[in-house]
Amino acid sequence: MYKELIFSLDMPYREKMKIYGYRFGYGERAACIVGPTRGNEVQQLYICSQLIRILTALERNGDIHAKKELLVIPSVNHFSANIEKRFWELDNTDINRMFPGDANGETTPRIAAGIFERVKGYQYGIQFASFHTPGAFIPHVRMMKTGRQSESLANLFGLPYVLTRKPDPFDTGTLNYNWQLSGTNAFSVYAGMIEQINETVAMQAVSSVLRFLTRMGILKYNCHSGYISTVIEENALFSIRSDCSGIYRRLKNPGDEVHFGEVLAQVIDPFEGEILSEIISPSDGILFFAHTKSLVKENGVIYQMIRRLHE
Amino acid sequence: MQGNVISMRLPVGEAFHIRRTRIAKDGSAGKRLCIVTGIHGDEFEGQYIAYALNRRLQEQKEHLHGTVDIYPAVNPLGMESNNRGFPGYDLDMNRSFPGNPEGDLVERAAAALIQDIMGADLCIDLHASNIFIREIPQARLSSNYADSVMEYAKSANVDFIWVSESKTVLEATLVHTLNSLSVPSFAIEMGVGMRITKEYGDRITEGILRIMKKLGMWDGPALELTVPLVSSEHAVYMIHSQSSGIFLPVTENFKELYEGDLVGEIIDPFEGKKKQEIFAPCDGMIFSMREYPVVYEGSLIARILAM
Repeated sequence: MYKELIFSLDMPYREKMKIYGYRFGYGERAACIVGPTRGNEVQQLYICSQLIRILTALERNGDIHAKKELLVIPSVNHFSANIEKRFWELDNTDINRMFPGDANGETTPRIAAGIFERVKGYQYGIQFASFHTPGAFIPHVRMMKTGRQSESLANLFGLPYVLTRKPDPFDTGTLNYNWQLSGTNAFSVYAGMIEQINETVAMQAVSSVLRFLTRMGILKYNCHSGYISTVIEENALFSIRSDCSGIYRRLKNPGDEVHFGEVLAQVIDPFEGEILSEIISPSDGILFFAHTKSLVKENGVIYQMIRRLHE
Repeated sequence: MQGNVISMRLPVGEAFHIRRTRIAKDGSAGKRLCIVTGIHGDEFEGQYIAYALNRRLQEQKEHLHGTVDIYPAVNPLGMESNNRGFPGYDLDMNRSFPGNPEGDLVERAAAALIQDIMGADLCIDLHASNIFIREIPQARLSSNYADSVMEYAKSANVDFIWVSESKTVLEATLVHTLNSLSVPSFAIEMGVGMRITKEYGDRITEGILRIMKKLGMWDGPALELTVPLVSSEHAVYMIHSQSSGIFLPVTENFKELYEGDLVGEIIDPFEGKKKQEIFAPCDGMIFSMREYPVVYEGSLIARILAM
């Protein structure tokens, strides 16, 4: 393992921000893994740290194949992580909306340009990211539909679901989108939580990446074969919304199978404690996403469901 | 006359409203002008204009022909909590249009605002800058729609009209959405975040009355105070910081500069040294100037209109 400085940025008062990459093996640029670009993606940071720990052991044992290079960047935005902010605090910009970046532009486009210059050209690119709507997902691989995406490759992660998404205009600044445009097979792995660490889900995500890299002939790691993924389009997810505002009592978790007419959640009057509303399942299905905050606003999405799918 | 564009319950004992003030002569038909401000919760320059215009129209209603709708606070939760975005969603509301009437609070609010404005003859979206950059009063026009609003922008008493290519992310702004729905619209930007520059507000208020004259909606007094420069006739240069530190301006906005003139310095208070001197790359005029002292490598220092 070789630790290399990818990008650095002087700070007026704080220590210089140094973004490091951990390189394993030497040779063709086989795979690159990029961790959190947002300061609150702690689960994603933890996953990358565990990947580096395991890859270090695998390399020591000779289990990374010859002439294959792997790069892991465990954190792009510790500037924000250390002050518990999601975005670049000074101007609230999102590094993962700045790719491919601009080396002569403003600060976050410069960071994006510095990262992209180093991570482009790999055959496979894996990003640990989170969705802009706060909540919890079933672990899945997410891909932009740029016309260059490969669902069959995404299936090799062995996670239960692969989700494809038609890019909105604001998606064109993500690392995933720009990786794809530059010829890298790009995947975003969504590992359930964001700000809290869920050890079980984190290790499932770690295994999925090691499984994928093994199947791509980059390393040797013996693990469970995983799932044959169900491929879904984001548009096919059915949004279940709260019909009123109040204290939110969630009764189900992502991954739960639910049935038509089942009570999924309750909304409680914040002053008088009475149940204002019970949110009823509109059909049978699997819950893919769940709102996890304790308050809910009227018409807010509380679950996204894959309808008429069973365990 | 006041009304609500949208009302929705918040979780704990409060409702969210976007309020609209309509000023119209009784029974008056004719054209409709919409003045929107407060999409960004840290921008308050439009508050004074909403007040001054509202007051002027009510005091001199005999000169009004048609309807003026003023929306002073599109993001009231952000404005009352020092949040640029929409609190609870971490979203820039001006990247949420056209919204979704079946969506969550932000999406529904955005859709309701669009629905309320639809059919207007002109919409002006008033912005301050953020807290980092001070702007001279300027109209921002998308090149795709510049022709339909240029004559109004020239009457707005701004110093400068910036016509720029529409980037993909700007497709979700209020102005772009309205233009695409055949409501001629443009944005005016001035001053700095979290402050009110009364002088600019007075100028733009007169400018809006001049625009109303062009629309046939006003036959009272309206002062012509500026003849704006137009960016399509000049190149725009950006100056970014090459060092992190504390920025001290040496010159100021809307001042003529020559190539090589000192614009500002970046200093290091620990070492007592200058880290960088920043010089003008061309002859011209600064129309955006760094206000917030802390800078990183890449921070925008100034925009210069080459002349």
